[in-house]
Amino acid sequence: MTVDISRDHALDLMLQMLRIRRLEEKSAELYAKQKIRGFLHLYIGEEAVGVGAMRGLRDDDNVVATYREHGHALVRGIPAGEIMAEMYGKANGCSGGRGGSMHLFSVERRFYGGHAIVGGGLPIAVGLALADKMKGESRVTACFFGDGATDEGEFHESLNLAALWKLPVLFLCENNRYAMGTAFKRHVSDDDIVNNPPAYGVHSETVDGMDVVAVERVVHNAAESVRETGEPRFVELRTYRFRAHSMYDAELYRSKAEVEEWKKLDPIEQLKDRALAAGLITGADIEAIEREVAREIEEAVEFAEQGAWESIGDLARHTYARDLS
Amino acid sequence: MTTYREAIRTALRRLLLEDSRVFLMGEDVGRYGGAYAVSKGLLKEFGEERIRDTPLCESTFLGAGIGAALGGMRPIVEVMTVNFSMLALDQVVNNAAVMRHMSGGQFEVPIAVRMATGAGKQIAAQHSHSLENWYAYIPGIKVLAPATAQDAHDMLLAAVEDPDPVFIFEHQMLYGIEGPFDPNATPSSPWKAAVLHPGSDVSLIAYGGSVHKALAAAEELEKEGISAEVIDLRSLRPLDRSAIITSVSRTHRAVVIDEAWKTGSLASEVSATLAEEAFYELDAPIARVCTREVPIPYAKHLEDAALPQVPAIVEAARRSVGSG
Repeated sequence: MTVDISRDHALDLMLQMLRIRRLEEKSAELYAKQKIRGFLHLYIGEEAVGVGAMRGLRDDDNVVATYREHGHALVRGIPAGEIMAEMYGKANGCSGGRGGSMHLFSVERRFYGGHAIVGGGLPIAVGLALADKMKGESRVTACFFGDGATDEGEFHESLNLAALWKLPVLFLCENNRYAMGTAFKRHVSDDDIVNNPPAYGVHSETVDGMDVVAVERVVHNAAESVRETGEPRFVELRTYRFRAHSMYDAELYRSKAEVEEWKKLDPIEQLKDRALAAGLITGADIEAIEREVAREIEEAVEFAEQGAWESIGDLARHTYARDLS
Repeated sequence: MTTYREAIRTALRRLLLEDSRVFLMGEDVGRYGGAYAVSKGLLKEFGEERIRDTPLCESTFLGAGIGAALGGMRPIVEVMTVNFSMLALDQVVNNAAVMRHMSGGQFEVPIAVRMATGAGKQIAAQHSHSLENWYAYIPGIKVLAPATAQDAHDMLLAAVEDPDPVFIFEHQMLYGIEGPFDPNATPSSPWKAAVLHPGSDVSLIAYGGSVHKALAAAEELEKEGISAEVIDLRSLRPLDRSAIITSVSRTHRAVVIDEAWKTGSLASEVSATLAEEAFYELDAPIARVCTREVPIPYAKHLEDAALPQVPAIVEAARRSVGSG
């Protein structure tokens, strides 16, 4: 397998994937120490999807994500410290401590949230695209969701509405083979998700979600097509989560051997091997990136540790624009 | 004099004319003219971009309204009736209501959602619900129930102007009623209750379609020498608790009329408020006149028997003042 990208490009993709991997590893560690509570869904194994997709979009595009969105938020430009502080529940978190791991938001980055009701973000994405169309903006709304969301009525309704009204939505299905603990073949009647969108007249394609270069290329082309035509597209990104669904998951539904098989396709190792073999990067580059990432994560933890708790007196803040009482 | 329906249409036209961010979407709002003919003629005047007929996907078109509001538009979403709104309830509870709070105040959802509600047209159990209390239960949204043509107009203007999600419940029996209407009148705050008929012996507290039954009951009572005060709640969230308490502190008796089933109704909330905050003002037990706890039947005599009616309100008021 070759890699036809520049050295700087390879270094950036490597850096972004390692930022996610190390942030997630640190989050798991802090969860064990009870610094992070509630639900925590790790993206380890799926980094190529988040990094490739974000690099395929423009900064001005809208992003709607799921509850497994730390990686998306990080690559989108929300500072690691604000993400970590949010997971701590601190006031300096990117949602002021009111969202937590599953609900990262940033108005500046046009990051319309981590959504934790499966399928619930799709209509929101359709509406954002409708607003852009009505205002004459050339923006694309990228909507991430998992294979489980394709079971939901809102998936089918959203494809239909986006196609019917010709709305610039890029549907990005992160197919990690499991809807929580239910294997893909046990929850979808058709073996192939890409067969679904054409029924609504939506262009549909699949990409190897463990190959960051391929993801970036496919998502970029799809996003530019959506921008040009104003019509929705669908991309399935085939990937795999190496860790449990959440920190409560005993993983009774899949074998260790299956996980080990997929780990051979580790997106970070794949890019590393290919870029090293092509002479694009060196071992020293990797070491330098690792040092940079380690420092960033350390600073992020420090930022979260130093953050203040929101005052209980402000509990009702942000329920409405103005206090109703 | 204008009908409730025409008053809403007047408000819709004004909003569409004055603000390019405003658009209307819902099932059959365009070519059909709205299931209750509220938006009749608007498609011709404003075109398909701004008067949008949606597919039958309540969850997704309401969710798209939320998304459009996040994206800077001022959508008015018509969910044909409350009976179909359950299909969109996830978008209401998990998105519209929480977005501002969950994002730490970064995002707001200035959406206005209109829907018909209530029984009385012999359309049976699946088309006669009164579920305003479900919505009024949810922090993060606001709920209005206009009972008059003027309020139907003014509340829609207020809802679209409001930075928070506002749900408007239009009782299906009211669309054809006529009332005084001035499109240029300075609107009173939609979030406050109103005294529609002053009285001194008993407070009849109602909202939406039941307001007219309460007014009819007050007239009956007057003939018997009982002076009833009719309070129109108007806003169901926020609930104007002080207006309820003020009225009952004057009359010392309360009859709460609500077309919902009694258990867990808004009438229950009003009653609990009085018990908590005006207990020593009460000279008689609070009475609730609500719908019988059965699915709404088709046959007219059964439907009538299930719903709150004027004689039952009169009777409850009489008992309250001790002449029943």
